[in-house]
Amino acid sequence: MSEQPISRAVSKEESFGYDRKTIDYIRNAAAHGLYEIRGMGAKRQLPSFDDLVFLGASLSRYALEGYREKCSTKTILGTRYAKKPIELDIPITIAGMSFGSLSANVKEALGRAATEVGTSTTTGDGGMTPEERQSSKTLVYQCLPSRYGFNPDDVRRADAIEVVIGQGAKPGGGGMLLGQKVSARVAGMRTLPEGIDQRSACRHPDWTGPDDLAIKIQELREMTDWEKPIYVKVGATRVFNDVKLAVHSGADVVVVDGMQGGTAATQTCFIEHIGIPTLAAVRQAVHALEDLDMKGKVQLIVSGGIRTGPDVAKALAMGADAVAIGQGVLIALGCNHHSYFQDGEHRIATTDYAALGTSPGFCHHCHTGKCPVGITTQDAMLEQRLTPEVGARHLRNYLKTLNMELTTIARACGKQNVHHLEREDLVALTIEAAAMAHVPLAGTSWIPGASGGL
Amino acid sequence: MDGLSFDLNEIPLRAVNNFLHKEAPGQGVKKVTIANPDGAHNIAVGLDFPVDIEVVGHAGYYAGGMNKVANITVTGSAGTGVAENMMSGRVHVKGFASNGAGASMHGGLLVIDGDAGLRCGISLKGGDIVVGGSVGSFSAFMAQAGRMVICGDAGDALGDSLYEAVLYVKGKIKSLGADAQIEPMSDADLATVKQLLAAAGMKHDPKDFRRVASARSLYHWNADANQEY
Repeated sequence: MSEQPISRAVSKEESFGYDRKTIDYIRNAAAHGLYEIRGMGAKRQLPSFDDLVFLGASLSRYALEGYREKCSTKTILGTRYAKKPIELDIPITIAGMSFGSLSANVKEALGRAATEVGTSTTTGDGGMTPEERQSSKTLVYQCLPSRYGFNPDDVRRADAIEVVIGQGAKPGGGGMLLGQKVSARVAGMRTLPEGIDQRSACRHPDWTGPDDLAIKIQELREMTDWEKPIYVKVGATRVFNDVKLAVHSGADVVVVDGMQGGTAATQTCFIEHIGIPTLAAVRQAVHALEDLDMKGKVQLIVSGGIRTGPDVAKALAMGADAVAIGQGVLIALGCNHHSYFQDGEHRIATTDYAALGTSPGFCHHCHTGKCPVGITTQDAMLEQRLTPEVGARHLRNYLKTLNMELTTIARACGKQNVHHLEREDLVALTIEAAAMAHVPLAGTSWIPGASGGL
Repeated sequence: MDGLSFDLNEIPLRAVNNFLHKEAPGQGVKKVTIANPDGAHNIAVGLDFPVDIEVVGHAGYYAGGMNKVANITVTGSAGTGVAENMMSGRVHVKGFASNGAGASMHGGLLVIDGDAGLRCGISLKGGDIVVGGSVGSFSAFMAQAGRMVICGDAGDALGDSLYEAVLYVKGKIKSLGADAQIEPMSDADLATVKQLLAAAGMKHDPKDFRRVASARSLYHWNADANQEY
């Protein structure tokens, strides 16, 4: 008689600390000896504006008619020192993204759509392209640590200057553009050899601390005869102090970018582990302005994971004057979509996603320059997959939708002006969000930490 | 209207800069003297027309910043970021220059008769810098293009993460930065140094200079480079 084999169930108990993701990470590190670089922002779950809800009008507040009564969205930025502040029709702006990370077609699409809906676009690391200047009625020109392509003629051509200290996806880090995207034109604009893996500086070359920055800002003001607003953009970390220092340095507008903010190429460890969520950053930024009695004098733009009209409304209610959107804008253009529209027809892009080892909905391969829908690329063939006309139409629709949602919420809260939304209109669904946003947990009057300060 | 003189004890700098931007280019102004600068910041920034500017005394931060075309002389010393982001023209500091002299310059000629502080020529993108004295640490950090002639010594980490800029040093180099290397002087290098010294009005023998340029080993991601990036 032969022995019966003992049947045993295969154990499926996955380790929490060494789950499949962690095992993959360690194997990759062991195979390559280099950290992973990727696009998009933080993917982990974070406390966010989703954790807040509005208290609409009822008996204690008077609502406005959603479809008939006026609700102003006009937004003015740069009233502190600039002779010519920026006037926008909506408080939703396009965040800085470089030509290099994006194609020239995309930059043009951003400009066209922004101009149609009455808002601003922003240049990025790599200088100003004629395409975006011509297509954008209001263009914010970034002054970055790398100073790639930075020149006085474009300073004079700009409507506002944004001194970039950091970005939410990588506070403390410089830009990256891998060789695949450093095309002849990109390399020429940045004065770099074609095809190199470009790593930008993380510190400005001609100033170090906030006292120096004050003089640098003054230089930009003197350059432009005090006409143009000067923004200062910080990645969200020690927001309370950084916003105060930005104000001290003479900023007209402070831009605070939370850790959900996107990137075209950054180390994953940076994206996921450095910086604080936008929700926490907004409150600290507003607190800093209130503490200095500068609320309303220095405007606040918030960015990093703003996707929807409710996100915009919540940022404004928390005290922001405007928001800036990057990743959401690219998704409106077709980022992560399964198809693209070329020569009058929709063409499926799933095999191109597969070639990158990903699929629509999961792609973060901006850094490869092989964007299947032609957005984050410098490839002559791929960039034709997104024409300025089609891109601008989708983006205009997206921005209009966000603005309609924003005004709908404002009216429901009884506001004739979206800037009248206030923190008192919000409650939190989680204890974390209540503590970070400094609004009460729904159904209670409890703000965790309120008695002990921030 | 050929020559003009402004005394910063009597007129605010903002008015002078504004005049130099808005009115002077159309009025055929050829020479402007700025007296009593007393270390004021942002003197003659953003100029965009052919003019000789003489700053009589010491200038603060960013003197001649983002210059185009103009020929600016500081008879004393200059603060941080002199001629930063200059596109063309010439800035001449007869005394010493502080940190970040010629930072991110794209073109033109910056001449410093004395020493320059830390990070001279940082992020250089073109143009030429000639320093009669020595330069501090991290000079030519990430310099992308252009040329620097250093007649004195260089501090630590000279030319760290250099791209295509080329440096010529006569004196001692305390240390080279990552990816910077000393290379032989070719006839073309000797001619370049001779020409730049002549343009700066300095007398040295080009044969006494050494060439520092990028080894180009960090142009692409490379696991074996470890922490050298």
